This record gives sequence, C-alpha cells and structure tokens, in this order.
Amino acid sequence: MPQQIDTWVVLAFCSAIFMIGLAGVLIRRNILVILMSVELMLNAVNLTFVTFSKALHHMGGQMSVFFIITVAAAESAVGLGLVIAMFRTLRSVDTDEIQLLRE
Amino acid sequence: MDISPLFFYVFAGLAIACSLLVILKKSPVASAFSLVLVFFAFAGIYALLDAHLIAALQVLVYAGAIMVLFIFVIMLLNADAPSFDLGRSHVAVRWLSGAVCVALFGLFVWAFKNSAVHEPVAAYTVDAIEKAGGNTRVISELMFSEYILPFELTSVLLLGAIVGAVAIAKRNSGNPVKGGHNRAAAN
Repeated sequence: MPQQIDTWVVLAFCSAIFMIGLAGVLIRRNILVILMSVELMLNAVNLTFVTFSKALHHMGGQMSVFFIITVAAAESAVGLGLVIAMFRTLRSVDTDEIQLLRE
Repeated sequence: MDISPLFFYVFAGLAIACSLLVILKKSPVASAFSLVLVFFAFAGIYALLDAHLIAALQVLVYAGAIMVLFIFVIMLLNADAPSFDLGRSHVAVRWLSGAVCVALFGLFVWAFKNSAVHEPVAAYTVDAIEKAGGNTRVISELMFSEYILPFELTSVLLLGAIVGAVAIAKRNSGNPVKGGHNRAAAN
C-alpha cells in the first residue's frame, strides 16, 4: 500500500460518486430515490471542493461547501414538499406517472 | 497529500459500496439507510482532509436533518413499494445511461490525472491554520469578513425556501376540487 494518496485519486473517487448519483437520477423511477441521488451528487461536489481546498491551501473551498450544504438543505425541504404535493395529486411516487400539465 | 491511505481507502470503499446500494436497492427505506452510511463515510474523509467543521456539519445537517426529512416523508407517504422494475421497461435507457456514466467517469479520471500539478495559491497550510486558532475559527473569521455577502444571501435563500414550502403545502390542501382555483378567482 502506498504511503501517500495523490490528489487525483481523491478527485477520481469524487467523480465515481458523482457518476453513481447521475446514474441513479437517470435509471430510477421512484422520485424519492432520485432526490437521494441528487444529494449524492451534491456530496461528491462538496468533497471535490474540500480536496482542492487542501491541495491549494486556500479556504475558499471549505467556505463554498458551507454554503452548498445550506442550499442543499433548502433544496431537499422544498423538493420533499413537492414530492408530497405530487403524491397528493397522483397517488404515486413514480416519475412515469407525471404526464399532466394541469390538475 | 498527507492523508492516511488505509483510512482513505476504507472510507472510499464504504462510500462507493453504499452509494451503489442507494441506487440499486428496491426499497426506498433501504436506500435511505445506505445514504446515511455514505454521509458518515464522507464525514470521515472530510476529517482526514483537515476540514473538521465541514465533517461535523456533514453529520449534523446531512445525516441528521436531511435524512430525518427523507425518512419522515417515506413514512408519511407509505411509499415502500418497489419501483425499480428490472427487466420490464426502459432497458435501453438503463444501459445507455450506465454506459454514458462510465464513459464520463473515465473522462473525468483522465482529466484529473493528466491536469497540471496543483501549486498552492494561498497560505492556509495545516500549520498556519493551527497557529491561527484552528479550522473553525479561521472559517468563522473568513465568513464574517470576506464572505459576508454570500452569508447574508443565504439567509434570504432560507427565507424564500420556507415561504415556498408553506405555499406549496397550503395550495394543495386548500382546494381538493379539480379546477377549483379558477372558480375561486371568479367568485
């Protein structure tokens, strides 16, 4: 096992998580799991910011992560409100059921 | 980077395995609990990268607040029915998106590996942060000096999110009759 981790290994790990999240958004039909996959992608980007913050000795990355976490919390609150509204209208969480432009 | 390879590979392997479980498990509850493990693994990696405040926030906000919200909505909707539908429809879409994701992953890794060596652009080394009073203190001082405008804008964003969530919830519980909005406006 190597004694040092190169920066690109951490960044490759971030992109792996991001791509898993993207695949989840594309292939799943349950809207709750799609929202979870979006959270995965946001986390991967956060880790990229922190990695560059450490590699470049600059605190801007960690500050960005702080604001991204706030935006993600607001996003999931509003998103889950929309899921509940969708479930009230359609009685389903399947994204294939979203076919109407009005109630 | 001077981080422990053993801990990094343990946390990274846990995160990749659990995030695959998130998108492959049929039950949303199983996905949610796998996602909690992913968040804890990420918090461990943040701590390895000397971002201690971010690690604590990750556990508090993501593994605490956001996941409670997810579990609560799953409970509220009672939506535990499987929706993956392997082998019934969308086979082409599934394989195509998988292939696109793998190709993009390869492109990203190639780009990260072959990009230029990253030279430090500022002086926030581990020793300098330690001397200035620690990670949390440095972040706090930056937040209330250099990043004060985004900080204030964040409060506006949270206010907008609260108002939006209440508006969505109220509008849909008020009028169960179809087309009720137009009639209410006409009256």
